[in-house]
Amino acid sequence: MIGVWIAVGVAGLLVVLLIATYNRLVALRNRVDNSWSQIDVQLRRRYDLIPNLVETVKGYAAHERQTFENVTRARQEGISATTVGEQAQAENHITQALRQLLAVVENYPDLKANENFRELQEELTATEGRIAFARQFYNDQVLTYNNSVQQFPSNVVAGMFNFSTREYFEIEEAATGPVNVQF
Amino acid sequence: MYEELARNKRRSALLIAGAIGFALGIGYLFGVLLGGQGNATVFGLGGLGIAGVIAIIMSMISYFSGDKIVLKLSHARAVTHEQEPRLHNLVEGLVIAAGIPKPKVYVVEDTAPNAFATGRDPEHASMAVTRGLLDKMNRVELEGVIAHELAHIKNRDTLVMVIVATLVGVAVLLADWSLRALFWGAGGGRRGSREGGAGVFFVIFGVIALILTPILAQIIKFSVSRRREFFADVTGVQMTRYPPGLISALQKLKEDQTSVRYATHATSHMWIEEPLEQEHGKAAVRLNRLFSTHPPLDERIRVLREL
Repeated sequence: MIGVWIAVGVAGLLVVLLIATYNRLVALRNRVDNSWSQIDVQLRRRYDLIPNLVETVKGYAAHERQTFENVTRARQEGISATTVGEQAQAENHITQALRQLLAVVENYPDLKANENFRELQEELTATEGRIAFARQFYNDQVLTYNNSVQQFPSNVVAGMFNFSTREYFEIEEAATGPVNVQF
Repeated sequence: MYEELARNKRRSALLIAGAIGFALGIGYLFGVLLGGQGNATVFGLGGLGIAGVIAIIMSMISYFSGDKIVLKLSHARAVTHEQEPRLHNLVEGLVIAAGIPKPKVYVVEDTAPNAFATGRDPEHASMAVTRGLLDKMNRVELEGVIAHELAHIKNRDTLVMVIVATLVGVAVLLADWSLRALFWGAGGGRRGSREGGAGVFFVIFGVIALILTPILAQIIKFSVSRRREFFADVTGVQMTRYPPGLISALQKLKEDQTSVRYATHATSHMWIEEPLEQEHGKAAVRLNRLFSTHPPLDERIRVLREL
């Protein structure tokens, strides 16, 4: 008689554990999704900054047309990108074009001293930092989630409900290569 | 880094378990000394209950209003993004990496480089840096310090310290009551009769333990504080992924001997580094370490280097 009660108790405990594990997996997966879209938020901030930056630089270095066009074109690419692949590529182009622009600025001491430009540069540095942190946070969430999906015993529940591992965000080779500066 | 994080969490948990055990132990002593072997449990639990309620009420004030009090005491001034763009930008970036809401940002006009964070939970947090810190640190060093402070918020260290303070507060209250009761003749009554020799030794041991309780309580509190400082260092590095930033800042702090004008013993535990004058005599040092809220800078730097 007592055996039945023990069995019921154990079964109840298992059900509770199952529910708790499932909920945790859901929460972790949602965090991954949320942190992915937060990266987008920071990328949009950069798009908003660029026109202002270009205008300020133009005021001092009007004939550096190629550089301006590169930056503006890359920004347009980013805004109109539809797939993740297109976006990643556009982001790399923007990073390169911005580096070029800032390298060009080195030749114009008046521009460098300009208060407005310095503020914009600070904002740009900060935005680049935010993008990097957003990506880092995304990767951290993916790590925690993947651990839960793969480790025992939560992997049992993960298998039952089709939770699959997520991919890390990795910088492509192009973005880390040297920048060509044309004058 | 992950091993170091796990290690800090384990040791924190052990220390808190120790504090709980300490409170329970003193509760038991209280129960036995006042109620005698027979009534130990009843007296003990009753004592723990009453002391618990009192300690919790006292802690609530600290928990809920502590941040406002501390900000006022330190003469911290709230600053907007326009007033301190660099500071705000650094904070905004790091809270993304930490996954916490952005705390309110304050500046303390003091030339000593230092910083603190306070607040009952990440949604109601504040962070302050001194003018000295802003002037003397470069970008990556500032980032390291801010990351450390945000780590305190993320790890809910104000809550942890309030819990530990409550636990040891219970022990201190009970020890105080026990000693008073024994002094005034109440208690297990049967001194020298059926309890026999063993009973007397127990009473002596008990009394010594009770007298030492306040000191033990402080030691536990300070141990937890130091462990949480190490934890905040590593959690901060987890945000920046750049140990040299914080290492460099700590080294600069080591060289700078000025103390913060508005810091007091009551608030000293929150700053990133001990804000008050330090004694540097040899005999004083070892004992001081037990009672200091922060681990020695050298040790903190060493741990960070090994990450």
